[in-house]
Amino acid sequence: MNNGKVRVPLLHISRRAALPWYKAWGIRAAAIVLALVVCGLITTLLTGEDPIALYLSMLDGAFGTSRRAWVLMQNVAILLCVSLAVTPAFKMRFWNIGGEGQVLVGCLATAACMITLDNVLPNWLLIIVMLAASLIAGGLWGLIPAFFKARWNTNETLFTLMMNYVAIQLVAFFIIIWESPAGSGKVGIINQQSQMGWLPQVGPNRYMLNILTVALLTVAMYVYLKYSKHGYEIAVVGESERTARYVGIKVERVIMRTMIISGALCGIAGFLLVAGTDHTITTTISDNRGFTAVMVSWLAKFSPVFMVFTSFLIEFLGRGASEIATDFGLNEAFGDILTGVILFFIIGCEFFITYKLHFRGFKTRGAAENV
Amino acid sequence: MFDFVSFIPRAVAQGVPLMLGSTGETLTQKSGNLNLGLPGVMYVGAICGVIGSFMYETNTAAESMNGFLAVSIPLICCLAGSLLMGLLYCFLTVTLRANQNVTGLAMTTFGVGFGNFFGGSLIKLTDSEVPSIALSATSGYFKASLPFAGDLGWFGRIFLSYGMLAYVAVAIALSCAFFLRRTRAGLNLRAVGEDPATADAAGIDVTRYKYKATCIGCMIAGLGGLYYVMDYASGVWSNDAFGDRGWLAIALVIFTMWRPGVGIFASILFGGLYILYLFIPTGMDLAVKELYKMLPYLVTIAVLIIVSLRKSRENEPPRHLGLAYFREER
Repeated sequence: MNNGKVRVPLLHISRRAALPWYKAWGIRAAAIVLALVVCGLITTLLTGEDPIALYLSMLDGAFGTSRRAWVLMQNVAILLCVSLAVTPAFKMRFWNIGGEGQVLVGCLATAACMITLDNVLPNWLLIIVMLAASLIAGGLWGLIPAFFKARWNTNETLFTLMMNYVAIQLVAFFIIIWESPAGSGKVGIINQQSQMGWLPQVGPNRYMLNILTVALLTVAMYVYLKYSKHGYEIAVVGESERTARYVGIKVERVIMRTMIISGALCGIAGFLLVAGTDHTITTTISDNRGFTAVMVSWLAKFSPVFMVFTSFLIEFLGRGASEIATDFGLNEAFGDILTGVILFFIIGCEFFITYKLHFRGFKTRGAAENV
Repeated sequence: MFDFVSFIPRAVAQGVPLMLGSTGETLTQKSGNLNLGLPGVMYVGAICGVIGSFMYETNTAAESMNGFLAVSIPLICCLAGSLLMGLLYCFLTVTLRANQNVTGLAMTTFGVGFGNFFGGSLIKLTDSEVPSIALSATSGYFKASLPFAGDLGWFGRIFLSYGMLAYVAVAIALSCAFFLRRTRAGLNLRAVGEDPATADAAGIDVTRYKYKATCIGCMIAGLGGLYYVMDYASGVWSNDAFGDRGWLAIALVIFTMWRPGVGIFASILFGGLYILYLFIPTGMDLAVKELYKMLPYLVTIAVLIIVSLRKSRENEPPRHLGLAYFREER
């Protein structure tokens, strides 16, 4: 046939066996650098500013003052908490994009206790009740879609998504009921005088307690996923539901249990937001963290340790980008554009970690080995 | 008595963006791509149309505006913008085989940011002297309905009072239904979504079908955004006004069991649920209105559950929905 010539395609793709972790992270780092260059280019095109000034302004926005650094750490902590929460579900291949709603009902439960029980219970008991309420509310919000998924295989992606909006409307309903001052359409600072139900300040900064709590949760989640029987069951169900059934794991129970944990952790994030920092409740208090957490968790390959880095990265980029926006008089949504661009690069680079490209030119020697 | 004559036109006006969005997403999902970036795509489509017509309106004197150009410039800009978003999604998920959920969410972040950014700073970037983006002239062309519609009483109000994009939306939905059900290419597309490996073995170019379906789907969805700004919102852009309609459009796809023909009625029904709180007398109790706004979401949840209970073969999602295809992996 054709004098034995074989038509070789210009490009051939094959799966890599495994890449050592430092190479994989090298590729990811390269993608981030590339993304930052592209972001710099976009911003320069729009503002005509020197790109170096842009990066400096990004750093300044994140770490410029100690207050900014604390706010950044606080935001990282909350995002990390939500990311930790959605992770066990993802490992189980349960696409929980309802983190937003689960955080919101956690906030709602906390605020409800702060408003209705402030003169009934002593402060320490009130905080415990608040915590319990937020855990239960979040867990319940996670359990509802999980129950239907486990029983009738209802599509969980859309179910959890819709639960977000139900939660938002529920919060909107209570905001009107609790509004203060009347007619303002919002709940002001709750218990401003008595500070009932406010988390106490630990250490040098009021954000410290939140950060410590989330650090503990990170370790706990790492241990839970890696060393506990539950964690193992989650991994098996995620890899193959049939295998899990075959070895006698009760898949339905695992799904529901994991989603209760997932929702309850989101509830804690809501508790930390309301009791720890904001002391009020709005429909946007969760600030899309439920969605961002999906990306954080996925970028970290569902590993709680790497999630510390990825959530830091996302928060840093978001904070830096919005600083650029204010510095150069752009609309604050500019930060979202930059975050989006960076995410595209990180998402795209996974391809080069999983697959290998063979070009025709290089092939001549390699082909003989491959045969 | 419930006022249907004023309720239905408003429900339709609410429903058209959802109809276009869900038709586009149905086409996309039939190729096996679950595009959660739809809200972003619709934002980008809307803002690209706004940018196009803003440029045209600010550079042309009001009296010398040409109706054909005023409609086609935003239309082309909108289609081009949403096509680019579709290409981006395809490049990441089909060529680079990235996770579809994550890519979609990133596209939503990007698209909503893109819309709000240009919506918020278009005036500043172009140094023009208008206080806000209000494209009333362009909107007038988009909203123009048949001149005799007003003379036909309730019939005219319910069926003929809409701008041309509403009828285009119905036409697109019907032709999509025909395409998927009755043509060979539609059959091939469904095969790609059900089982790409088998389709590949049968000689169907899986990658090309996925790209085409997703890009065309995104362009249709982008029109939904354009309709919202130009017709529903009378050419006034305000940030975040489009809201969560993109997500509802995705929910509608499931609600309609991947049938664009059913989508016409379902989206009008959803549009009705979306504004029902305005028509139910609750007196001064604002809080209860917030609860009524839950209705579209609760109905979607109920439908999701009912669908999963019935488990009929025809109502299943495309079997390979959400999964990337790599020929060398079996």
